[in-house]
Amino acid sequence: MPVDIDIAKVARLARIAITEEEAAEYGAQLGDILEHAARVQALPTDGVPPTAHPLPIANALRDDVIEPTLDREEVLAQAPERDGDFFKLPPFLEDS
Amino acid sequence: MSDPADLTISAAGALLRSGDLSAVELLEAVLRRASMTEAILHAFLTIDSAGASAAAAAADEAFAAGDDLGHLHGIPIALKDNMVTRGIETTCSSQILSGYIPPYDATVVERLKAAGAVIVGKTNMDEFAMGSSTENSAYGATRNPWDPDRVPGGSSGGSAAAVSAGSALAALGSDTGGSIRQPASLTGVVGMKPTYGLVSRYGLVAFASSLDQIGPLTRTVDDAVTVFEAIAGHDPSDATSYPGPVPDVRTALDGGVAGLRVGVVRELWGEGTDPEVAAVCRRAVDLLADAGALVSEVSLPSLEYALSAYYLIAPAECSSNLARFDGVRYGLRRAGSTVEEMMASSRHDGLGPEVTRRVLLGTYALSAGYYDAFYGQAQKVRTLVIRDFAAAYGDVDVLISPVSPTTAFKIGERTDDPLAMYLSDVCTIPSNLAGDPGISVPVGLDSGGLPIGLQVLAPALGEAVLFRVAKAVESLAGSDARPALATSEGAA
Amino acid sequence: MSAYDVVIGIETHVELRTASKMFCGCPVDFTAEPNTAVCPVCLGLPGALPVPNARAVEWTIALGSALGCDIAAESVFHRKNYFYADLPKNYQISQFDLPLCSDGKLDVEVDGVPTVVGITRVHMEEDTGKSTHMGAGGRITGSEGSLVDFNRSGVPLVEVVSEPDIKTPEQARAYATELREIVLSLGISDARLEEGSMRFDANISLRPPGQQELGVKVEVKNMNSLRSLQRALAYEIERQTKRLDADEPIEQATRHWEEESRRTAPGRSKEESSDYRYLREPDLIPVAVSRETIEAVGSGLPELPAARRSRYREMGLDFEAARLVSAGEGLGGLLEAAVAEGAGAASVANWLTGDVMAQIRSLGTPVEETPLTGARLAELVAMVDGGELSATAAKDVLAGVMAGEGEPRQIAEERDLMQITDSGFIEEAVDRVLAEHPDEVERLRGGDGRLTGFLVGMVMKATGGKADPRQVSEMIRSRAGA
Ligand SMILES: [Mg+2]
Ligand SMILES: [Zn+2]
Repeated sequence: MPVDIDIAKVARLARIAITEEEAAEYGAQLGDILEHAARVQALPTDGVPPTAHPLPIANALRDDVIEPTLDREEVLAQAPERDGDFFKLPPFLEDS
Repeated sequence: MSDPADLTISAAGALLRSGDLSAVELLEAVLRRASMTEAILHAFLTIDSAGASAAAAAADEAFAAGDDLGHLHGIPIALKDNMVTRGIETTCSSQILSGYIPPYDATVVERLKAAGAVIVGKTNMDEFAMGSSTENSAYGATRNPWDPDRVPGGSSGGSAAAVSAGSALAALGSDTGGSIRQPASLTGVVGMKPTYGLVSRYGLVAFASSLDQIGPLTRTVDDAVTVFEAIAGHDPSDATSYPGPVPDVRTALDGGVAGLRVGVVRELWGEGTDPEVAAVCRRAVDLLADAGALVSEVSLPSLEYALSAYYLIAPAECSSNLARFDGVRYGLRRAGSTVEEMMASSRHDGLGPEVTRRVLLGTYALSAGYYDAFYGQAQKVRTLVIRDFAAAYGDVDVLISPVSPTTAFKIGERTDDPLAMYLSDVCTIPSNLAGDPGISVPVGLDSGGLPIGLQVLAPALGEAVLFRVAKAVESLAGSDARPALATSEGAA
Repeated sequence: MSAYDVVIGIETHVELRTASKMFCGCPVDFTAEPNTAVCPVCLGLPGALPVPNARAVEWTIALGSALGCDIAAESVFHRKNYFYADLPKNYQISQFDLPLCSDGKLDVEVDGVPTVVGITRVHMEEDTGKSTHMGAGGRITGSEGSLVDFNRSGVPLVEVVSEPDIKTPEQARAYATELREIVLSLGISDARLEEGSMRFDANISLRPPGQQELGVKVEVKNMNSLRSLQRALAYEIERQTKRLDADEPIEQATRHWEEESRRTAPGRSKEESSDYRYLREPDLIPVAVSRETIEAVGSGLPELPAARRSRYREMGLDFEAARLVSAGEGLGGLLEAAVAEGAGAASVANWLTGDVMAQIRSLGTPVEETPLTGARLAELVAMVDGGELSATAAKDVLAGVMAGEGEPRQIAEERDLMQITDSGFIEEAVDRVLAEHPDEVERLRGGDGRLTGFLVGMVMKATGGKADPRQVSEMIRSRAGA
């Protein structure tokens, strides 16, 4: 049984504008994929800890030392839009 | 071989040092091959002729001055386009990074440059490394040098095709679920994924951070060792980089397989495996047994669930990793009356369908109410996969399987069926979940003349035994066949 | 105040004053030109990876220890996923279910009534960039566009989350004040509220007395002083009480404190933004802290404000003086040095909380950087207590000390401010003044005590302020026979 997904909500969370047709298509495909992926639920995992990372090491820290920064012109050269020394954006919708 | 473009790194190195070949001549041969084949193959997104020529000329000057930087000095190498290169466009085959010029070099790029390698250019790939055919490129698919109607595999298909065709002596790829090994298998080259953490990911545009690993694509196991040695080693800029020493992969390289315990993984030779692929791989295993390897069949039951777990874990990480492509600081931007609208339409237009699919999938798997059933459960399955591998390595030194259930498939054949495409990674995914190394070695052709690779897997930091067995496979069962397109006649 | 039970919890963000950022080597420098303190990591460029700052980890442990938290032997980072234009990666690296420090407490006191506020957790995270909204007077609403500077992106933040143990705006303020003093005493942040290097968000809900479940929670932000924190909460209690009294629902929302209009206003709701899809940060490995490190940080903590306050109270300071002197700015050090020189603690505290504090404020320099030392302060206090210097003259001497003119006695002599205790000299002056003001003397004799002050003033004038006013006053009364 394919998984039913509120694809419009997922797309909003992922900040991707999708059309209704795309939503229908992605929804169906994701349903199929998730049906397959849901197989993971068949495996008994009581008492099994999750693995987030394959490398069992800890503590990769850096000393509190200042390192060279990027050249502002090189950074802003990639900006889709700039205004003086800033990245320029359309207005925000929401309060921070 | 008469054309330097067909040389191995070790053969080219000998000629460079004897003075019978210059680095400039070697690069010219490689660029000539690329100019003959690229119109068909489209292995590259960018060829940096000017930068490569300068590097080759510098290598020749250094050799003349007696300044030898080692095995890779003067060797033309291609880079998958998800490794950032300062001053050279890096797009990950995505519209959203069209025209993006990074202000820094990835650690692997720094290391190759320091070793005197000549960077030929940036190779095509599935967008953000998501795919198994290199058809998911915003800039057009790459074709297989053995049969241009077929895919080269993916996502490092451009790197595999370039090495296979002779447009580079070696290439770097990245492997998140088999993206080095599967295209290597489909194009008849050696492709190796190191232990997670042995090669720095700093400057590798992330797909799934806990699975991604950079590795070499070469023509021989010896060459893979050479490239591996140049790029492996701790990098303080990558917190997930392994802090210990790199395994010594050279000393025992020619040790052969006599007395080594080789486990044939039952779950990876399943019904989906093409009979011809199974037969060619089986023959290779028999040759190992003849040479004294102690071959046994082993079972890792959780591998049946590895693919499902992978298709939750990788999209979950990718949905977060790709959030930064929002039209604010770099890359594609579409107009919007608010910043939120601008981001949503930039991401819609900039990210291709497979990437969008996975971002949505991962967003769903992580979202409130679904996390435990999907992502959380997948992480527990990951633990079981790791335990199964650990148990198996209690009994054997290496594990063996085909790399891909089939040989190269036709372009377009699986594009409408994401699940069928995902199944081509079923043999390679488990070692990404475990963080273990794996390698694909060409062991023959199917009846249609398409290459077949054998996969050797070893435990984490087991690169020494991995390369040793791979080299034995190569010398016992290796295939010298070359793709038709890798000759001037074929390309003409 | 309110007929309802008030439940308040406070989340505090503290910007650490490390040299470099949380996950990269860019300087923490708020004076840098826009977009110059940036690198691939804090700009979220493709391929960049974070590496945690060891000092930020250590300082977070220090704050956690100061708050009596358990320090986790192993903690991990998570990604908090949400799209925001000044958050370069569109996720914030933070800590989630395994924070570095948890389960602590902070004792606060309001009008002598102590309360214990539980500390849920103390964790590490990173700050965002800063956007300026063009037009519309810098507000988001009606703005034509925004300009983003990423210098602040990646600055280390420590987040302190309190338990919902706070019941009044006064307790909230006392909690915030105490937390700020602890942060200052540890020297890990400038903790400037106006500049945002310490930020308080409060969660507040009301419920009818006796009700078990909590009321609807409202988050209040944008309070950039301790006073606004208190005012904003008082406003919210009043607002919510009115709504509840009128049977109107409280909407779960984020509200912003507006200092000018003294009210909170709703922020536009962020649809589904609360679904942060927390993900263990796969680019980072756990932070492991050894027992030795935890012990070393714990034993290396400076004396905390509460301990210092109670020590000062034992030395004889009243509650307010103890609070003021221990609140930092180097006053505690002066008190202790002056007392070590033999000065009385209460007199020294009077000077510190009065003239010394005033002078430091007007000079704008930290007291450690002025020539004022414990020894000089002790000498000054001794001179006043010994009647050698009038209070007025002592202020001048203090100014001289602060200006680097030398020792108090020397300054007083040079400025001719020493009090004259030679009674012959003073008698002469008193006699002269009484002779010159017969009418006033007559009225004084007639019982108008106010004339004493006038006559003392005249004598002080005649002696150039060098007489001891008490001595003069006594002498006038005995001479006049009043
Ligand atoms: Mg926070
Ligand atoms: Zn930075």
